[in-house]
Amino acid sequence: MTDQAYNFAYLDEQTKRMIRRAILKGLAIPGYQVPFASREMPMPYGWGTGGVQVSAAILTPDDTFKVIDQGADDTTNAVSIRSFFERTAGVATTTATSAASVIQTRHRIPEEPLTEDQILVYQVPIPEPLRFLEPRESETRKMHSLEEYGLMHVKLYEDISRHGHIATSYAYPVKVEERYVMDPSPIPKFDNPKLGDMAAIQLFGAGREQRIYALPPYTQVVSLDFEDHPFEATKADQVCGLCGATDSYLDEVIVDDAGGRLFCCSDTDYCTARRAQGHQGPAFLDSEAVA
Amino acid sequence: MLADALAGGFDTPATQSAHAFRSVMEAMARPGAIQGIQGGAPPAPLSVAAGTVLLTLCDTDTPIYLAGKADHSDVRAWLAFHTGAPLTGPSHAMFAIGDWDALMPLSSYPIGTSEYPDRSTTLIVECAELEANGTTLRGPGINSKAMLSLPETRAFQDNRALFPLGLDFIFTCGDRLAALPRSTVVSRSHGEAAPAQGAF
Repeated sequence: MTDQAYNFAYLDEQTKRMIRRAILKGLAIPGYQVPFASREMPMPYGWGTGGVQVSAAILTPDDTFKVIDQGADDTTNAVSIRSFFERTAGVATTTATSAASVIQTRHRIPEEPLTEDQILVYQVPIPEPLRFLEPRESETRKMHSLEEYGLMHVKLYEDISRHGHIATSYAYPVKVEERYVMDPSPIPKFDNPKLGDMAAIQLFGAGREQRIYALPPYTQVVSLDFEDHPFEATKADQVCGLCGATDSYLDEVIVDDAGGRLFCCSDTDYCTARRAQGHQGPAFLDSEAVA
Repeated sequence: MLADALAGGFDTPATQSAHAFRSVMEAMARPGAIQGIQGGAPPAPLSVAAGTVLLTLCDTDTPIYLAGKADHSDVRAWLAFHTGAPLTGPSHAMFAIGDWDALMPLSSYPIGTSEYPDRSTTLIVECAELEANGTTLRGPGINSKAMLSLPETRAFQDNRALFPLGLDFIFTCGDRLAALPRSTVVSRSHGEAAPAQGAF
């Protein structure tokens, strides 16, 4: 039941209108960071205040809401944001990707392809892809306006000269519709190819940095690279120990005090669904062998 | 007349504006896709769709330009009560509303600056008809191509040439709307009668 002490979805209506206007401009200019008057939320910066504000502005009572944190539905951040909207918006929640109409995510894109009826809301810590190269907002804003992205290529080139390959493995910069360079939020670069031509609307909210940006469906998104060092979506060269998936992004988990480790799907819903279908990974085979 | 101005807003603002916004957002994210929208009951000559968009997006922070017939005393009173939005001329408008001809010339609206391209007007164009035919749309939000009955073609091509600056359009007709952001590439389709020569 909705907590009657709050307006629907927590935020007041004027704040929602302001955020909604920013979302529309963001959709009209894909990849451009629209400034917005981010509000204090009842959670600390860095815990998804940007994503929460975007979700609050787009949720309707008919939505089914899912929250993932690094792919998992059951971590503190995901559980608390999910219960926040259960309480303040009264929306139905789910952990099943296909059952959700709005998915708020921290640092992953679900393995299961999204549909036109879904919206993906990203929590973004640092929306400015050039920030670590140029700390001044006045300068990065000018660089975006002049489409001056040479510095970003220099950074990727320095990766190659130092490591022999582009070592950037998450928050890998992309160019949107041949215009704006955009930070896809700290998703692993394994997820980058899913950004472009996605059927769902993608919205990005950065609370502390007060920026909203967006990718409409079927938008052209290209990961920056070089002809002789093409972009490569990488993952651990293992299979999921629990479900045996070979195509999913894997987390490495330490399982005992003796250096034992397990690779498993970071997308818990994907992994759970596969195991429910009877798939089994090598971790189970090992434990049976030991027993 | 006063009673008219006080009526016609949202009965349950939080949830009705949420539903209305989703229609507007889906329209802006998928140029050419026609969405239903309802909730507001604005005075004539505003359509339900246009009135609902204004209720959903406008408040004291958003100067509105009422063009042509939309600049009616009933509309002014209704907007003043329900949104509190200041009325202004085209050069300072965040939203403009009216018929296509009344909204001209497009050069009088702010198109944003190169550092802040979002600071541009959104035009709400009241249309006599809104159909998925006539002009071909391509670009972000569109899976290969979409069709929409636009009042003309050239103005939208010129607007696209300004990208990332430019105006964004919402077309309203009765209780339906569609949108055309600046990112959309518009081309004249010559109807069924004239297929492309190279087509097989």
